[in-house]
Amino acid sequence: MYLYPLGIRLWHALNAILIIILIITGISMQYTDKGNLVFIIDFAAAVKWHNITAIILVISYIFFLILNIVSGNAKYYRINRNNLFSDLGKQFRYYVSGMFKGEKHPFPVSMESKFNPLQKLTYVLIMYAGLPLIIISGFGMMFPEITIVKLFGVSGFILTDILHITMAFLVTVFLVIHIYTCTLGTKPTSLFRGMITGYHEPEEESPEEVSPEK
Amino acid sequence: MKMLFAGVLVAAAFGFYTEARALSGRADSDPGTADTLAFVSPFMEDNERCFKCHGQGKYEYENELLGTTVKALMCPDRIIRREDFYISNHRSFSCTDCHSSDYVVFPHPGELRMELKFNCLDCHGGDETYSIFSFEMIEEDYMESVHYKLEDEGFSCWKCHDPHTYRISMRDSKNLKETILYDNNICLYCHSDYTRFQILSDREEVNFLKTHDWLPNQASHFRSVRCIECHTQISDSILVSHLVLPKDRAVKLCNECHSKNSLLMASLYKFQSMEQRRGGFLNGIIMNESYVIGANRNAYLGTLSLAIFGVVILAIVIHVIFRIKTKANLKKG
Repeated sequence: MYLYPLGIRLWHALNAILIIILIITGISMQYTDKGNLVFIIDFAAAVKWHNITAIILVISYIFFLILNIVSGNAKYYRINRNNLFSDLGKQFRYYVSGMFKGEKHPFPVSMESKFNPLQKLTYVLIMYAGLPLIIISGFGMMFPEITIVKLFGVSGFILTDILHITMAFLVTVFLVIHIYTCTLGTKPTSLFRGMITGYHEPEEESPEEVSPEK
Repeated sequence: MKMLFAGVLVAAAFGFYTEARALSGRADSDPGTADTLAFVSPFMEDNERCFKCHGQGKYEYENELLGTTVKALMCPDRIIRREDFYISNHRSFSCTDCHSSDYVVFPHPGELRMELKFNCLDCHGGDETYSIFSFEMIEEDYMESVHYKLEDEGFSCWKCHDPHTYRISMRDSKNLKETILYDNNICLYCHSDYTRFQILSDREEVNFLKTHDWLPNQASHFRSVRCIECHTQISDSILVSHLVLPKDRAVKLCNECHSKNSLLMASLYKFQSMEQRRGGFLNGIIMNESYVIGANRNAYLGTLSLAIFGVVILAIVIHVIFRIKTKANLKKG
């Protein structure tokens, strides 16, 4: 089924490239003295590319927000609060045991529901909490004169940086888990192919399977 | 969802305000204010004979020949403000300790302008009282510096350290930002005033903002470090290096400072660097006044992040192993 429109796919690809550049340049600034590691690049170059990439990311993020509203894609992120914890539990159990017992996916992908409850929660946290915090704290790092000088006796710049790198670390962890969970499709490459072609390769459904969402 | 978004915005806004409040306290913390009130020079009356004319921009005297009172402007280089002198390191001196006692005569005899001026080492050299300042080593440093080459043009200690107003800043520093400003102003006194600069050099005017335009967050750097951090060769023996380097040898690599082994610990923070870590931050003493990306990593956060990352990778590896096993079992039927 055609699940990922071109706009979403282009944004997703751009976002992925930008995030990877930001992670590499960010780590390079943080661990600048470990220049012997392959992924550490020169500090000055890291600052320059981190800033340029960050500005593109902000534009891309604004595009994502508008696209979500205009295209109706936002509905896929809506969390069912009534059964949130039981749904999260079902999905989690599936990942840690169900899938090894041959159970079917508790929340199969459909045109109405692209993401399972765990995906929805993490995507919402990353896109609507993590990224705004990273962007705002990033502006604080880029323009130190706008950050508070002291908060409860601690430098505002330090707090801003700690917030920035903590959120960046969480995004990095998310990225690793996200890439890994993308190998959990019908075949390890199915979901990656889907984000390139736009077509989702559905799981083979047994006739007796009933989706818990229904 | 709306609640969540509002919460995020509130949390994000929490970290950002303008810096007006912190700047407002500067005047109160000026160490000079307290010193001026507390210190009364034993030579105050004697010195007042000089300050009467040299203590401000305007002076007046009686022209006895014409029987008139003459009002005139004092040459800016001859003005010594009382409030600066009496907080300086030489505040306990009488003017005539260093200048000829013939200066008490007015009009001053013309030949006094040719008097030989003392140099730092004339008083401070070879004296145990001042040994902690290592004046002899400072002189050695200075004699290797680019400034020494200008001695024939008139360069001397006084070009940077006006004996009337100079006060030790780094050893007495209660507010490092003020010390940085004070020390940088010593450099900028000539390097941002081309007229003054021309007295010593025939070079064309240099706009130091332009020559430093490669520096990201330029204003932040100028506020947080001294010129000499990059423009002098660090000395292990003296607190403040006086070996000013040619411009092509100035530090231009970011990670000289932005690293675990930040050179700031051997220069700007040398005096305070007894404390190596503060709250788990590398080079924590820097964080009393500044925050240097790359030099102020938090060791605890670093360890915690590595641990979390390790757990994630381990979980993925275990998951992969189970997937492979499951697949193998399915194949076996």
